[in-house]
Amino acid sequence: MNFSDLSRLWNDARIRRITIQVVLVALVVFCFWWLISNTSQNLDKLNKSIGFDFLSQNAGFQIAPTLGTWLFSYEVGQSTYWDVYLIGIINTLLVAVLGIIAATVIGFLVGIMRLSNNIIFRSFATVYIELLRNIPLLLQLFFWYFTVLRSLPDKRGKVDLIPGAVSVNLEGLFLPFPIWHSGAGFAGIILLIAVISALYMRAKSRSRQLMTGHPLAIWRITAGIFAAACLMIVVSVGIPMEWSQPTFIETGPILKQGFDKTTAIMIIPEMLAVWFALTLYTAAFIAENVRSGILAVSKGQTEAANALGLSTGQTLRLIVIPQAMRVIVPPLTSQYLNLTKNSSLAVAIAYPELVSIFAGTAMNQVGKEIEMFFMMMVVYLTFSLLTSAFMNWFNHRSKLVER
Amino acid sequence: MKTDHSTAYVRQEDAPLLPPPRNETGIIGWFNQNILNLINDFSGIGAAIRSVLMAVGTLAILYYSAHILWALIDFALIEAVWSDPDELKRVVCTTEIAGGIQHNGWHGACWPLVTAKMKFLIYGAYPAEELWRVNITGLVLITGLVCLMFDRMPYRMHIGISMLTIFPVFAYIMLVGLGDWIGLPYVDTRDWGGVLVTLVVALTGIIASLPLGVVLALGRQSKMPAIRYLCTGFIEFWRGIPLITVLFMASVALPLFLPTGVTIDNLLRALIGVTLFASAYMAEVIRGGLQAIDKGQYEAADALGLGYWKSMRLIILPQALTYVIPGIVNTFIGLFKDTTLVAIIGLFDLLGAAQAAINDAGWSSPVQAITLYLLVATFYFICCFVMSRYSMRLERKLDRSNR
Repeated sequence: MNFSDLSRLWNDARIRRITIQVVLVALVVFCFWWLISNTSQNLDKLNKSIGFDFLSQNAGFQIAPTLGTWLFSYEVGQSTYWDVYLIGIINTLLVAVLGIIAATVIGFLVGIMRLSNNIIFRSFATVYIELLRNIPLLLQLFFWYFTVLRSLPDKRGKVDLIPGAVSVNLEGLFLPFPIWHSGAGFAGIILLIAVISALYMRAKSRSRQLMTGHPLAIWRITAGIFAAACLMIVVSVGIPMEWSQPTFIETGPILKQGFDKTTAIMIIPEMLAVWFALTLYTAAFIAENVRSGILAVSKGQTEAANALGLSTGQTLRLIVIPQAMRVIVPPLTSQYLNLTKNSSLAVAIAYPELVSIFAGTAMNQVGKEIEMFFMMMVVYLTFSLLTSAFMNWFNHRSKLVER
Repeated sequence: MKTDHSTAYVRQEDAPLLPPPRNETGIIGWFNQNILNLINDFSGIGAAIRSVLMAVGTLAILYYSAHILWALIDFALIEAVWSDPDELKRVVCTTEIAGGIQHNGWHGACWPLVTAKMKFLIYGAYPAEELWRVNITGLVLITGLVCLMFDRMPYRMHIGISMLTIFPVFAYIMLVGLGDWIGLPYVDTRDWGGVLVTLVVALTGIIASLPLGVVLALGRQSKMPAIRYLCTGFIEFWRGIPLITVLFMASVALPLFLPTGVTIDNLLRALIGVTLFASAYMAEVIRGGLQAIDKGQYEAADALGLGYWKSMRLIILPQALTYVIPGIVNTFIGLFKDTTLVAIIGLFDLLGAAQAAINDAGWSSPVQAITLYLLVATFYFICCFVMSRYSMRLERKLDRSNR
């Protein structure tokens, strides 16, 4: 093979492409091999080995009472590191889901206020958005946790939010929990049937509207179905539920004073701080998405709806919002993903979520860095894959049908 | 057509121009349009309910905004302690009941604390006799940025390029030092802190991620599947995991990946993590620019007989990069806020330094935390707000849609 053969090969675009790709893949493989060999050498030197055996060992540290510890009845020395992993995931999901719900509500409200004709609403929304999204989330988290929640009374005092039911102090937020009586299952089934038949009537009303132009009186029908269901439950089993009475002990030994934890759900202040900070921060971004989504619907659409004689509510419900949602939903989902990822900041105030208890406390005890980081990445990458799968599905579904 | 001048009711001359109705001009008109128009509609039950709700909402927002604003002014200006001439430290910012000199119930900012900690908040523990090096670097940075802001600055292009290439080298030499022989003794990065670390992390992240981002974006657009999949995988991996896990990994697992005996300091670990993380986001921003470029530009470059690299360097990238400057500024804002996370892995950026100052028992008082949070929040707010306005201005200037 002489030089001209070589240059002919190099000038053949197909062969050149294949060569470049092979070289690149080889390079990447080499890099990985280099990293892996370094790692195994380092691990050998530290007398460590790779393996997931540690997951069945018992974890020897306290975790603050949260949804996760309650679900898995966590006990020091009894539960395993696998339990710790699951508790971390549950707690991350808990704060993410609560944050997503609250941030959506606040974000939509502020976003609509930003477009209001009322200057007070408009300027409030502007100040809210600019202030909250230009201050780092971690600082906001510190603010809620170290200044606002720390200024609450200690466990021997309380601030009533709803007297007799919801109170808060330095230990956390205390809520009553429902106590189910016999017949609760029956009531649940009846309510489920009511929901299904209401949904069925709604679908029927919609198809009738498409056929004849006249919908059914859907609100009256729904109200009727639920009234009948409630009546049936009350007549047959009475009210099969009551709320617990949170008891606050003010006398007796000092250590026993405060809320009796068997009579109330306790939500730890770390959870509240993370929830507030994530919600308010993300809501500012969602508000901007909502605003631009609504502005993206051209004015002609509203005018056409007016010309058809639709009321303001109908115009919003049937014309503007469906079109705005097409613009709003993709950035909204990525905000949801951001919120979920940002919940990892909770490690700074020790809310027991995945990073905090698994990559923090558990890793310090076990020292299996590689495996634990791998397990953690898997969780976050799953969230992110699910989000992008949803986004692709939504984009596909809501694509404009063009002729 | 002949006009019949005898008909009495045909107007012969234009009606005089009347001034607009009084309730549509001036202060009253403004008031009507911006506040009253949503709350004075009582034409039906629904409208009346909406009006009342709007009025209540307006008043509530006004009341609470005024309340918060007053509390802030009262705290930061009126009640605040401004000086501590006798070096009393914590005593000057505590109430009498807690052993201080302020009257009981006092709640104001403790500005002497900020004055005392100012050096630490800006430079960290950087040796006092070497501070001039930081100052000169900062001065060069500010001068460069100001020059770049003006459109008609001569040699603007050259200044920009040298800010991206020469300045980092200069800053490295100035901040780290070369050794005693040249009068620039080494300064350990463990002594760096405050605004210095914040700026170093954010600027290194953005400058180093720019070339990486360009390569990744081009790779993701490439026609060669191996390159495309590698780049897409890389980008989606870093975008899918939270920055805090990246930083944890950089500080805990990175030493394991390197050959035995190689050690890198904490700041460099964080910088590597931040750069890889930022480059994924940067790649997505640049990809947006590449996609926004008209297909005709690619075809024209091909028609001129330019190869891939030449057409990218001369035709596509100059346009794409100009187009995405606002996006780059927005990425920088996000990164700037995210640098606060390095506080979690034990670096003293501005928030970390503030947190350290809060834990200083010499100044311990109930207002210690909130004073410093207020200061840090103001710093971040001003920086991010100014940058976001600048990027919006650029966006309007670069907007080619209505040309």
